[in-house]
Amino acid sequence: MQQRLARGEAAALGELYDRFASLVHSLAHRVLGDETAADRITREVFGYIWENPDAYDPKQGSLRSWVARITQGQAVARLRQAELGRGSREELEQKVRSANAAARADYIVTSMPAPLRSALELAYFKRRDYRQAAADLKISEDEARRRLRLGLQLLSTANALPREDTAPPGYGPPGYGTPR
Amino acid sequence: MTGPAEDAPDDGYERPVGGAARIPGPRGAADDLHPLPVPRPVPAPQDVPEPPPTHAVLKSLLGAWALAACSAEETQAVEDHLTECAPCAEEALRLRDAVGLLHPEESLDLKPLLRSRVLEDCLGKRPARIPVPAWATPYDTETARLDALLRDFGDAEWHTPVQLKWFGDERRRSRDTTVAGVIGHLLTVDGLVATALGLDDPLGAQAPAGGTTRRTEFFWDSDRHPATGQVREPWREQGHTLVRTVSFAGHGVAELAVDYGSFALPLGDAFLERAFECWVHAWDIAEAVDYPYDPPSGPHLHRMIDLAARLLPAALAERRRAGLAGPARGLVAAGAPGRTLHLEIEGAGGGGWDIALDSPAAKPSSDHTVAEIALDGLEFCQLAAGHISPEDAAAGQHGDREAIRDVLFAAASLSRL
Repeated sequence: MQQRLARGEAAALGELYDRFASLVHSLAHRVLGDETAADRITREVFGYIWENPDAYDPKQGSLRSWVARITQGQAVARLRQAELGRGSREELEQKVRSANAAARADYIVTSMPAPLRSALELAYFKRRDYRQAAADLKISEDEARRRLRLGLQLLSTANALPREDTAPPGYGPPGYGTPR
Repeated sequence: MTGPAEDAPDDGYERPVGGAARIPGPRGAADDLHPLPVPRPVPAPQDVPEPPPTHAVLKSLLGAWALAACSAEETQAVEDHLTECAPCAEEALRLRDAVGLLHPEESLDLKPLLRSRVLEDCLGKRPARIPVPAWATPYDTETARLDALLRDFGDAEWHTPVQLKWFGDERRRSRDTTVAGVIGHLLTVDGLVATALGLDDPLGAQAPAGGTTRRTEFFWDSDRHPATGQVREPWREQGHTLVRTVSFAGHGVAELAVDYGSFALPLGDAFLERAFECWVHAWDIAEAVDYPYDPPSGPHLHRMIDLAARLLPAALAERRRAGLAGPARGLVAAGAPGRTLHLEIEGAGGGGWDIALDSPAAKPSSDHTVAEIALDGLEFCQLAAGHISPEDAAAGQHGDREAIRDVLFAAASLSRL
């Protein structure tokens, strides 16, 4: 995909959008809570990737995780801009931290193995206890407990990660979106 | 946000890891429960008390506990354990904070227009070295729109009945299938374009010769046809491959013939026809699952209507040969002006088209106009898709009534399964 983008293949751009637009838009929406702003971030993120396909380094992780990092960086930068001067510096930092954690958590949930995700969905959104979840999923109760615990352990890393230095220099905040 | 852990702060940050004993449970435990193990001096032989849960079992319960997804007894046992086991207490706190990060997945529909806008933006900043041909963009856009509609479909939606409608043998006809069946149908007929380009036929080597109906029935009956959402991936992948392949092909590729069995279209027109079919069937699906679905953008709709208008003279001639349309009024030399019907399409994507009535080879001419029809763009598309019958098409008309009737029927005859 990266090579196709690099050589200027419009069809590859369309495929990139089809694969990642909903991820980009939902992450931006989670951070900014506003649909128009999320639309705008979506345009900026795809514009950035199309203009800088070489900025992606496969050694740093999947294309998907790179796209998510760019999106989060850009959306959080926009959040800072929008919130500037609206409250104390501390309140702003708190908002940014929450937004970062929420975006990371969303990414983790959408990327975690489907069996873990479906166990969490049953327990949390459908309020099934682990025995019912085990029956629904046709797995043992031990396995249901294991999946719930593992799923939450993965999710908890969203809080544990360092704050804003998750994006490599060049396309995370503060580098991304500023003239270089 | 709704969820069992409503009392947990949802910012997920900076909960001091203080005394383990003070961690409140996610759900109020009954006060009158004895902590396990329940002391029993003399167990009756048939009523052996359960041994107290081991550390390993209690640890394995931490996820379920944080989600309030275990029994009251287990909740109590876990919470008692947390007062005496620091590692478990630390993990319990972490997992409970993680619960606060769970959000219901927002099914925010991406605005269909956003895709075109994003791509335009991008291509404005850095023009494509290998562009998608203009005649392929409606197909690219329509397949992406339908795919977005399908994204969140569960099994129930995939099995929803859909009625496919067309106009054949002078009447409205229909065929019952499901959402998955419709996508299978699109995959199958798009496959004709794929084989014209030298790509694999989705029906494999056993594909029957002949038209779209035989191919579709073959596919529906074969075990290649997944009755669920699994059909989405091959359909989508073939669509992407088609767009990519024609992007790399030379200019002449638009003229390559695509064999539909009983007729053929140049590849450029076949892509427009497939875009039209994709939209019409997306509309069928959206109706079946009770979802709104917008028509294509004006410029794309215009191209689709233009294709139908260009196909009308040949469709008319075919109906004439079958005795279904009035005879030509005199012979017209190829390229010479002949009797003409003016088709005025209103609304987005509309325009005016002059249709040669006597022969596909005749040249339409406004000086020889014998009739006029005015139709709304969507109404015309419904007619050409066989969703409304020619008698019911709400057309403003004046002039030669036979010519008007023949053209409306010819438009409906463009439809098929």
